[in-house]
Amino acid sequence: MSDDLTTLRLRVNGETRAVVFPTHHTLLEVLREELALTGTKHGCELGECGACAVLVDGRPVLSCLALAAEMEGREIETVEGLQIGNELHPLQATFADLNAAQCGYCTPGILMTAKALLAENPRPSGDEIREALAGNLCRCTGYHKIVEAVDWAAARMRGEEGTPPAEVFYGSPVPDAPRV
Amino acid sequence: MLRLPAFRFLQPKTLGEAAAMLAGEPEARLVAGGTDLWPNLKRRHQKAQTVVSLMRLPELRGLHVNGGLRLGATALLADIETDTQVRARWPSLATAIASISSPPLRNMGTIGGNVCVDTRCTYYNQTEDWRRSIGYCLKAEGSTCWVATSSPTCLAHTASDSAPMLCALGAQARLVAPDGEREIPLEQLYQDDGIQYLAKRSDEILTDLLVPGEADAAHCRSAFWKLRRRGTIDFAVLSAAVALWTDPSGEVTRARIYLGAVGSQPVAATDAAQFLIGKPLTAETLAEAARLARKPAYPMDNTDFQAQWRGTMVVQYTEAALREAAGLPVERLAPRHLPVVAG
Amino acid sequence: MAEPIRKITPEEDPAPEREPRLIGKPFRRVDGRAKVTGATRFADDLSFPRMCWVRLVRSTVPHAVIRSIDLGEAEKVPGVLGFLTGKDFPIPFGILPVSQDEHALCPDKVRFVGDPVVAVAATTEDAAYEAAWKVKVDYEPLPTIGSVQEALDTPEPRIHDYGDEGNLHKVVSMTFGAVEEGFAAADEIFEDTIWYEGNTHLPMEQHSAVAVPEDDDRVTLWSSSQTPHYVHRALTKVLGLPASRIRVVACSNGGGFGGKSDPFNHEIVVAKMALKLGRPVKITLTREEVFLCHRGRHPVLMSVKTGIKRESDGRVSITAQRLQTALDGGAYGSYGVASTYYTGALQTVTYKMPAYEFQGVRAFTNKPPCGPKRGHGTPQPRFAFEVHLDKIAAKTGLNPADLRLGMLAEPDTVTANWLRVGTMGLGKCIEAVVAGSGFRERWGKLPPGRGLGLACGSYLCGAGLPIYWNHMPQSGVMIKLDRSGGVAVFCGQAEIGQGSDSVLAAIVAEILGVSLSDIRLCVADTDLTPVDLGSYSSRVTLMMGNAAVQAAERAREQIAQAVGQQLEIPSGRLVFADGRVFDATDPDTGLSFQDAVIATEARFGTLATTGSYIPPRSPGKYRGAGVGPSPAYSYSAAVIEVEVDPATGLWNPLHVWIAHDIGKSINPVLVMGQVEGGVYMGLGEVMMEESAFRRLPRHLSNALVHKFPSMLEYKSPSFADMPPVTTYLIEDPDPQGPFGAKEVGQGPLLPVMPAVANAIYDAVGVRIDQSPIHPHMVLKALQAKAKGDEARFGPKAFPEVDFGETLLVPTPAQGGDGKAINDFKDKLRSGMRSASGTMMSREEALRNKKVSVLTTELKGAR
Repeated sequence: MSDDLTTLRLRVNGETRAVVFPTHHTLLEVLREELALTGTKHGCELGECGACAVLVDGRPVLSCLALAAEMEGREIETVEGLQIGNELHPLQATFADLNAAQCGYCTPGILMTAKALLAENPRPSGDEIREALAGNLCRCTGYHKIVEAVDWAAARMRGEEGTPPAEVFYGSPVPDAPRV
Repeated sequence: MLRLPAFRFLQPKTLGEAAAMLAGEPEARLVAGGTDLWPNLKRRHQKAQTVVSLMRLPELRGLHVNGGLRLGATALLADIETDTQVRARWPSLATAIASISSPPLRNMGTIGGNVCVDTRCTYYNQTEDWRRSIGYCLKAEGSTCWVATSSPTCLAHTASDSAPMLCALGAQARLVAPDGEREIPLEQLYQDDGIQYLAKRSDEILTDLLVPGEADAAHCRSAFWKLRRRGTIDFAVLSAAVALWTDPSGEVTRARIYLGAVGSQPVAATDAAQFLIGKPLTAETLAEAARLARKPAYPMDNTDFQAQWRGTMVVQYTEAALREAAGLPVERLAPRHLPVVAG
Repeated sequence: MAEPIRKITPEEDPAPEREPRLIGKPFRRVDGRAKVTGATRFADDLSFPRMCWVRLVRSTVPHAVIRSIDLGEAEKVPGVLGFLTGKDFPIPFGILPVSQDEHALCPDKVRFVGDPVVAVAATTEDAAYEAAWKVKVDYEPLPTIGSVQEALDTPEPRIHDYGDEGNLHKVVSMTFGAVEEGFAAADEIFEDTIWYEGNTHLPMEQHSAVAVPEDDDRVTLWSSSQTPHYVHRALTKVLGLPASRIRVVACSNGGGFGGKSDPFNHEIVVAKMALKLGRPVKITLTREEVFLCHRGRHPVLMSVKTGIKRESDGRVSITAQRLQTALDGGAYGSYGVASTYYTGALQTVTYKMPAYEFQGVRAFTNKPPCGPKRGHGTPQPRFAFEVHLDKIAAKTGLNPADLRLGMLAEPDTVTANWLRVGTMGLGKCIEAVVAGSGFRERWGKLPPGRGLGLACGSYLCGAGLPIYWNHMPQSGVMIKLDRSGGVAVFCGQAEIGQGSDSVLAAIVAEILGVSLSDIRLCVADTDLTPVDLGSYSSRVTLMMGNAAVQAAERAREQIAQAVGQQLEIPSGRLVFADGRVFDATDPDTGLSFQDAVIATEARFGTLATTGSYIPPRSPGKYRGAGVGPSPAYSYSAAVIEVEVDPATGLWNPLHVWIAHDIGKSINPVLVMGQVEGGVYMGLGEVMMEESAFRRLPRHLSNALVHKFPSMLEYKSPSFADMPPVTTYLIEDPDPQGPFGAKEVGQGPLLPVMPAVANAIYDAVGVRIDQSPIHPHMVLKALQAKAKGDEARFGPKAFPEVDFGETLLVPTPAQGGDGKAINDFKDKLRSGMRSASGTMMSREEALRNKKVSVLTTELKGAR
């Protein structure tokens, strides 16, 4: 068993932190265990679920499959860096308001992936949202509230007013049908 | 949480340095994006004392379009699939690459890594504990191939989505070793053995893939169909990659058909391709060619879906890919694919 | 839009009726901010000084006696701190009092690949893994059982030394009313054999637990658990410590779906290890281990036989039904006895069924134990019933919607098996999805390859009885108020993502007229919170909600008394709203809520109120009547449109219309989330999810393993696989629910799977009598159809099972009293277990068997 350690400066959420860790530890493990940034989750450990997604130089990557030792000089963003001061990022606000985060475990990975999408495409279609998030599994929501929350956040980030239609919150109006 | 075992991690800065490291430590494993090796190490079905990263080698980077397309081995899958020139000139390659796993994984995985991706099998891609509970398998630490216990060779299947398409397009691979380099047709990089699936020396590094200009959309009709359970994440349980060249009269002058996930290497459907030569791209000729593609395919019970049904699907999917390439209406229902990359 | 609040008597209710401010409107869930900022602390996010790690060495053989354990090599791994083995855990545990069949670590025998044998503690998780790998366990293999049929064929050797017979864990037979007469009176008899494969919860969060020793002899366990109270009980039993010295805190669960409702080996192991080492101990399961813990959906083979009568008005009615179920239980009891009864319990609450017989058997097999998954025991028979009904509709020429609408169970009635149906919104649900989908115009008329299917379902709003027999509340809520104006609410319920914290806060805020931000919650902590049995059986909104209503109304009453006195107005005129307490006739006269509490604290001293909830007693009194009763039942209906490729058998869901009878939404956006999530999970089950196992060739290997315990190969639908969903919430407040609310966590899953099977029939004319529906099955059925064979893919036959004598229970219509007329436990196989949990052998039971079938007595009772 190799006892190699790596020492480096990690840039996380715009801050520089010096860390020492066993070289074989992943970015996920270093974020959670050395930096106590436990907002980043793990669901499968093998790159199959997206729960551990963080941004590296603005792109979503799976932190369970990235060696922290390769992260020198890269800009890492986690869910903890998403809010602006004490204000929620529009994605965070719409996810909270639409119940797009139920158990909340897949949420950090999805929020970060959605952030990268909106940085690249401020007006994504539903299909584009689904495509961008296709590496993130969720077992609670059935995905629709997530797509609606990203869509609404994108609108808010474009400076548009308004909320999603009533059926997103209340369900569709029950159709009138004479009892047979 | 499942973690990586400890290993020595080397990050050479030049190709020469990397080649020297490999020569000095033949057991060392190469890694690029890590999306194949790290899971394999976590589950301990691959082992490594030393891992040499290729990600800092400038020689292996980039995507270059001249007459043809040159892909550095560490070009990221996401960069290739979204490149406007690739999408315009080699759309089926963009489609194949866009079908690999999931978007965040494609931000990490490289084309070299995908071309060299380890063969897969549900008896093999399992944790150390799981494999201990079946007494291991031929591919790692055991002596029996559980897929077919009488088989003398490992039947793990090729899992690359880019490989069958690149083979169909006639791509070349460049390999560099301390004593020189060679360029081979990509299909010659593979051999029909689930364990030794790469016909490459351990001190050779795959540096580039070269897709010819004559395989672009102006010269060649191509298509890629992938069968998998979900519209994302999953490896192919079957893929059909076809490339057709026709003369001005519409008759086929050259055809290349490769199948993924139905053998330990990308399977060349040579009879099917041969049958098309000199024929027009009609529904009937394509259907007959697809029927001929069934024979060389060996879908085994080592991945998702019933193996026998996957065999039936070889014909259906080959026909669908051929029809798409020929511009005929697509009649088959694909699994829930996300929007396919538009040409 | 808003409904009037629950009717309560004027004495109970000092405030005039008014429109709810909060209830029924969408609001941000109270834990919403924490969940989007990464601040929510799941169990694996916790870390304590000197914390070390445990890894479990799990059995690599499916069934064996443990010969010896060699820790020699493992002990040498640097960082290793200690080991535990089965010797350290002589006392068994299990979720049900009748199935105390698990040990934290196996003492002498392993029963499936994954059964834990040794625990290793080390300073790092890396070292714990390495040491665990070096533990050598020597096994003496035993024959293995992989299915119900094998269990029936192989009574010896037994996986457990208890159970109804051989390797049959539980055998049940119950007859309600004159079933044979019902069949005799039928115009037509329909029979089907249907298979439902097992599957698993796959919560995104892997189970994790941290135990922290405190003082001399106390321990706190932080865990991802849906049922901290039951974990508390199991720890108390196994550790042999007084319950008062053990504290269990359920962290927010990263999804549960029933998969975190058992007390688990790893929870007990870390508690014991923490006490042994005197330092905090954490374990976080790998994804593979989550598959091995399982407790997921039982694979069930079913046989359903129904007699129908064509009424003169064109309707069809059911004269009698017999349902037989055979459950593959896996290696331990878990909730299995309840699961077995649940496969038979809820068939009667959707459609009128004057006579009903249920026979169920659960077998032990050498696979991970099955248990409760969303819908617990009911999705399998619901699938069978709704597919069966579709065939009845096809044969009788009725539209499937009309068939069902013509036979709906009536509200406020008692079913043949003595379940009390209260509000019943299924008719409205059917009408909504039928109208929304254009079912009447489009069903049977879509082009080839396109189809529509309809199905229904119903679920409990909490099990009527607790898991262990007691007379105490199923849910307790405590409210503490003080001069700060803040309201602290304490309850043992566990937030698993469903939004129970928000329901609790909203109910209290509504009644006290304060905002959600004035509420502070303390939940799921056995030291600090009143007992709530946990987040299972869709019980929380109704049971915790009613306890919260009571606690909040008591607080409101006290405050009203004090404020009324201070302002010299009758307390009955006071309104609690908008953070104020004021005169209904003169809104300007009043106090801020904080001043109102100050007045009350001054008047009465320190303020705290409590509320409790015990469900009403069920009219059923027969053995087994404890499974099925609920204060209320929710109803759901779905229409699903599919496309099917006849050349490949591939199919896709295109659109789901679902209606759910919610009673009253506490927070509609949370309800929407549960409906869409339930549809998602149901689609997953019918499209792709299955817990599949592999045997290797028997002459070469004894292996019996989970086929693919990973998130890659256990397929769960992704963003790319989910069709659009149109949701209708049917509101008809139920008097049993808080503000009229019923459940939504489980019901909406139920109609999804059969609606798909029925839609595939509409699309291509073949019956797939099993779930999941793989494309090769569709293709096979189409090929059979083309050859003129039966256009069907499914199981051939139900196994031969000796269900013994049946329990005879006259129905309400027969003038029964809810009791069986032949309940002598020694003559029924289902009674072979005594109440204390000790087992008698099959031979003993047969020796005691002396009474013949009592049909004459049954007729006499009519």
